[in-house]
Amino acid sequence: MTEPILDIQRLRKYFKGPGGLLKGKAPQVRALDGVTFDVIHGEIFGVVGESGCGKSTLGKTLLGIYRPTGGRVRFKGQDITRLSKRASIRIKSEIQYVYQDPGSSLDPMWKVRRLLAEPLFIHTNLDRKAVRERVREMLFAVGLGEEHLSLYPHEFSGGQQRRLGLARILCLNPSLVVLDEPTSGLDVSVQATILKLFLDLKERFDLTYIFISHNLSVVRMMCRRVAVMYAGRIVEMGDTAAIFDRPAHPYTRLLVSAIPVIGKKAMSEREVEGMGEPPNPEDFPPGCRFQPRCPYESEACRREMPDLRPGPDGRSVACHLNEING
Amino acid sequence: MVKADSTDRLLRVDDLTVHFHTDRGVVQALDHVEISVGRGEVVGLIGESGSGKTTTARSVLRILPQSARIAGGSIRFDDRDLLAMSEKELNASIRGRGVSLVPQDPFNSLNPVFTVGTQIRDILKWKTVRSPSGGLEMERIREMLQQVQIPSPWKQLRKYPHQFSGGQRQRLMIAMALLPRPSLVIADEPTTALDVTVEAQILSLFRSLVREMNVSVLFITHDLGVASQICRRIVVMYAGQDMEDAPSERLFERPGHPYTRELLESLPTPDGDIRDIPGEVPSLLRPPDGCRFHPRCPSATAECRLERPEKIEIEPGHWVRCLHPVE
Amino acid sequence: MNGVGLAWKKFTRDRLAFVGFLIILALVLAALFAPVLAPYPDDTFLIHPAQRLQPPSAEHLLGTDSMGRDILSRLLFGTRVTLVIAGIAVGASLLIGVPLGLLAGYFENIFSEGIMRVADIFLSIPQVILAIFLAQSFRPSIRSVILALSITYWPWFTRIVYAETRALKKRAFLEATEAVGAGSIRTILLHVLPNVSSSIIVRSSIGMGFTILTAATLGFLGVGAQPPTPEWGVTIAESRQFLPDAWWYATFPGLAIFIVVMGFNMLGDGLRDILDPRIRRGFD
Repeated sequence: MTEPILDIQRLRKYFKGPGGLLKGKAPQVRALDGVTFDVIHGEIFGVVGESGCGKSTLGKTLLGIYRPTGGRVRFKGQDITRLSKRASIRIKSEIQYVYQDPGSSLDPMWKVRRLLAEPLFIHTNLDRKAVRERVREMLFAVGLGEEHLSLYPHEFSGGQQRRLGLARILCLNPSLVVLDEPTSGLDVSVQATILKLFLDLKERFDLTYIFISHNLSVVRMMCRRVAVMYAGRIVEMGDTAAIFDRPAHPYTRLLVSAIPVIGKKAMSEREVEGMGEPPNPEDFPPGCRFQPRCPYESEACRREMPDLRPGPDGRSVACHLNEING
Repeated sequence: MVKADSTDRLLRVDDLTVHFHTDRGVVQALDHVEISVGRGEVVGLIGESGSGKTTTARSVLRILPQSARIAGGSIRFDDRDLLAMSEKELNASIRGRGVSLVPQDPFNSLNPVFTVGTQIRDILKWKTVRSPSGGLEMERIREMLQQVQIPSPWKQLRKYPHQFSGGQRQRLMIAMALLPRPSLVIADEPTTALDVTVEAQILSLFRSLVREMNVSVLFITHDLGVASQICRRIVVMYAGQDMEDAPSERLFERPGHPYTRELLESLPTPDGDIRDIPGEVPSLLRPPDGCRFHPRCPSATAECRLERPEKIEIEPGHWVRCLHPVE
Repeated sequence: MNGVGLAWKKFTRDRLAFVGFLIILALVLAALFAPVLAPYPDDTFLIHPAQRLQPPSAEHLLGTDSMGRDILSRLLFGTRVTLVIAGIAVGASLLIGVPLGLLAGYFENIFSEGIMRVADIFLSIPQVILAIFLAQSFRPSIRSVILALSITYWPWFTRIVYAETRALKKRAFLEATEAVGAGSIRTILLHVLPNVSSSIIVRSSIGMGFTILTAATLGFLGVGAQPPTPEWGVTIAESRQFLPDAWWYATFPGLAIFIVVMGFNMLGDGLRDILDPRIRRGFD
């Protein structure tokens, strides 16, 4: 079965900036601007980037939380880009999303028991007993216990809340799970526990993950393939180890060099000097969006936006200079 | 145990115990904590949530919440007893003056309805000994903004906080913290909310400022990588107790405390082998007796439960609070 | 200690709120047991011209009015009128205002704008003036007072529910609920409503205070409850020509209004503090 579970073609999502009747034409925020990749069944596919790169928008657009502005998404061979409400509800149970801030994704007024049962009541016709059974099953699967059923979300720690979020979506037996910053805000030791849980659940329930994170070390450990995003586009994609060890795209190089790692020498002031900041999504420069921060440049970079082309080690790179150097 | 000469240390926190009296009971946030910072030294305070690192910082500035009680110990800054000072004295010479704070969240730390220029000028007016006036004042501000690498300062001063990016706001916070020429800067997770590339720039800025101004820094973070890049010495805290105090390279190469070792081993490694620490951070309402790490410690024995261990020096300058330090 | 226990503990510690609570409790008990508590229960309809305008004494603790009726008894029965007017008016405002606020807040379409603009129009007119205008357009009676007050007050509920709903939308869990597949109605009723309920409760308490005061104003002006109803505002209106000699005639009804309105406001304030979700979190 070589058909990828998820196939995304030139996905675009634009938002209208804050404007309104009296303010005149609102600027457009091009959160996602032509993203193409596919995900194979059973893999953990990483998406990395800094704020404003569009990785969160990507996750939410896949879920249908945002309607795409353009492009196409195929899930298990079926086009799910523009679905009717009814059909998309059915799909929603197969693709699930785990929120970055787990506490705020759970209704603070609902007890855990009800929160976990809700997806089942919406999507299935199971009777109360069956629902209770399944809820319990999922709760145990994520490492929580019976005693947690009657508690409220705020009574849990950050790590536990993440487990709750997971349990809730697992109730529906999804095939694909989008994890949005699953370890942010977690202590190092708790992070390790959660990552182990992800792997365990993947095995048990035959899951495929899209792992969105800005934490490169975690992505390196968990994901065999990764896509590096910048300003709404993918700039480099392929084997994680190869990309982090020998980054081809100048942005990836910048990113990798900036990570503070124990034992690595601190960056010199000169190295840091030209770094710049992530761009403003309302106002991208023409041509290659990384060009203002890029140590290299050429006429082509200023004029034309580079597409993803094959690069070294079977990866894809979106850079004019990489094409020249081969 | 041999203590360093007290005049050598700019900040000495000794035996500090802090409790929070809440509706749910007494939270024993800090337990006989001992930390010191020398002149011109950058000391890192590392810990996970609940370790007490933020509480320690707040105790120094005496900005603890109403429910807090300092149940014991002393805090000496520049050989003055901070715990004995009145609010008036603290505001006059310590807060924002002798000791300033760079807070965690640059998004919420600036007042959104005033221009940045107004806020900076307020700092100068209220917090410097002889506040310069007129032209000299602007010179000072311009100089400071240049030092934190904010280009074209005059234009920026007229802007409002929301018009700046996260990295720029953090630079502004640093500028405001340094304007009064403090002796000690407490940086509370200053890069946690920032992107990795911005973080690298802020860290580099910190390094150069420390060099130029010879200021001491108490750098609080949960990120070991960040700490390794900027701190000369690191104190590791867990559940309200200080566990280890070592020069940074030694801490990472040869951790003395089992908790530090477990922490280092649970960091993500490229080969995908995940190790975590069994158990959970204890509740500080009913913390474990003795060494608070003992319930999760692979080397724990019955004695560990009896009493908080004394500090022992396992190698010069490397202190550990443990009955069974790592070999 | 569970949530309710913690809430009660906090509540009793807030002295102002607790006093407010006691006042309202007293009000409700007075209304319930007026026939038993009043020394002269028939004075709601009987008159005793021989005893008119007596100052406070052992037989008439708060004095008598221009028809010789015992003021204390009439005040006690007045609590019933007051509670009925305020209770129904606030209840009706709630039933109109809350659903509108939920719909306007949850959806972001032209209807939301429409609803809020209408609410704005109502809110831009000073409440008392609006109430007076409405009340006198109908035939003056208790019913017209209730109607006028309901129409005046509903935008307050709409506004606060709208604001809270919009704030909730910024938090992820509403989005998360949709992501799990819940429809709009389900989300609004089961998720938004419980989370805005504390604001609604607080606003109801304060609304009671407001409506009582406004109802008394309407009664005073003659466009509300009519004599011989023992409504407090009406009583004050009657007392006007006998001031300043018969000081008790105006003072006691006035005090009653003052205390009750204060009580509702204090209670409302206190409720706001307790129902703040942060209390439920305990120590963070």
